[in-house]
Amino acid sequence: MKKTKLIVIGTSAGGLHALSIVLSGLRPDIDVPIVIVQHRAPDSHDLAAVLQDSTTLVVEEAEDKVILQDGRVYIAPPDYHLLVSKGEISLTTDAPVRFSRPSIDVLFESSAESYGTGLVAVVLTGANQDGSRGAVRVAAAGGRVIVQDPSTAESPTMPAAAARSVKNALVLPLERIAPALTDLAARGITTGIRK
Amino acid sequence: MSGFTGKTRTRAALAEAPATYPKELERTEIRLLLEGVYEHYGFDFREYAYPSLRRRIWKRLTDEGLSTVSALQDCVLHQPEAMERLLLDLSVNVSTMFRDPAMYESFRGNVVPLLRTYPFIRIWHAGCSTGEEVYSLAILLQEEGLGDRVRIYATDINEAVLQEARAGIFPIEKMQEYTQNYLKAGGTHAFSEYYTAHYDGARFDPSLMRNVVFSQHNLVTDRSFAEFNVILCRNVMIYFDRKLQDRVHGLFHESLVRTGVLVLGHKESLRTSRYEALYEPVDLKQKIYRRVS
Repeated sequence: MKKTKLIVIGTSAGGLHALSIVLSGLRPDIDVPIVIVQHRAPDSHDLAAVLQDSTTLVVEEAEDKVILQDGRVYIAPPDYHLLVSKGEISLTTDAPVRFSRPSIDVLFESSAESYGTGLVAVVLTGANQDGSRGAVRVAAAGGRVIVQDPSTAESPTMPAAAARSVKNALVLPLERIAPALTDLAARGITTGIRK
Repeated sequence: MSGFTGKTRTRAALAEAPATYPKELERTEIRLLLEGVYEHYGFDFREYAYPSLRRRIWKRLTDEGLSTVSALQDCVLHQPEAMERLLLDLSVNVSTMFRDPAMYESFRGNVVPLLRTYPFIRIWHAGCSTGEEVYSLAILLQEEGLGDRVRIYATDINEAVLQEARAGIFPIEKMQEYTQNYLKAGGTHAFSEYYTAHYDGARFDPSLMRNVVFSQHNLVTDRSFAEFNVILCRNVMIYFDRKLQDRVHGLFHESLVRTGVLVLGHKESLRTSRYEALYEPVDLKQKIYRRVS
């Protein structure tokens, strides 16, 4: 059994509500870092501060070269790609990937490369298909992919695309995602979870 | 002239290796590629941050129609034109005019009053890329009446982007976004006063550059070249690993006068550097610091 080392979450339209549901459902003693890409405008509101209201875990906007801490939530800043490698955050200003910066695919792919079977990736509501390619890489590297049941998503396009792309993705209604994450974080990935 | 617009600005993209590509071998190949490039051409990317570096390498490799890093090494060592393309992919940083408008607003309010106390001001814009932020700064300083008391040294590793920066022609379709940034940054004029339409580009008033010197400088291998009152280096060091970041911080520290100002990118922090204690924040959120020892 391999312990979960990192949780990554990607979302777009409708993400604020979905994220607050997921974060508020996590156990306060969850002992893995959580990194989130939410598509948003460069001058949008302070997402970290808004999400902080939904959890006792510390939520912060990510800075370059910050070392990830267990039980902390990191939000990708608008207008940067966020890559995770070996416990460290790298930001870049490279061109958008398939129209997105930050790109969920870039977060997922970089994490999959470094974390392999220790990774859990979550695709929530969104109106484009970012995250699908990344989710395929997560699964190929032995990580777990959780997808919000599209019928419970404000915008079903993104989770539907991810569910199509990853055969063994765990498709769960929104309110079941936090318990599943808590379970995976505590027990590791290959133990399987009740569907 | 209009050929300048967008020549390098579409660069700097990320790509992913095939899922089946062997990871350890990839690391070895990339190390050999970087050694080869350094030995043969003198460009030192060996201490660049690996996660973004490898994706930029894959972008070039894919665009060259190749399938292994070793093949790219062969290609760039034997074809200087391919090396030029790789250099652009590895070193071009994408920016916009008045990126992070709140930083410029803070610079106006917190740094300009300090600069007024100097008879002459030297500013180093390190890693200026295609010049968007140099023009932004020049506009700000001119509006504050400091235009002729200041000299800006704008440097980049890459001669091709400096040529574009000197030309001062930016894509016309960006002007709406830049105008909004300019207003949020506290601009006091009409932004359109600063440029004229020029084919598909917006050509910025060359007089803005009368006190700007563009020149090639490599942060990794070159030394300090003067003492400065202000150093701006935004979103350049995010491509460096921690060790190299610290070396470059050392270079900046020795290049700043006492009480000199250092401006970093919005998501860069001295927190992760061992030079933190030598500065005090002027505006922590906007990453404006002042040297105190």
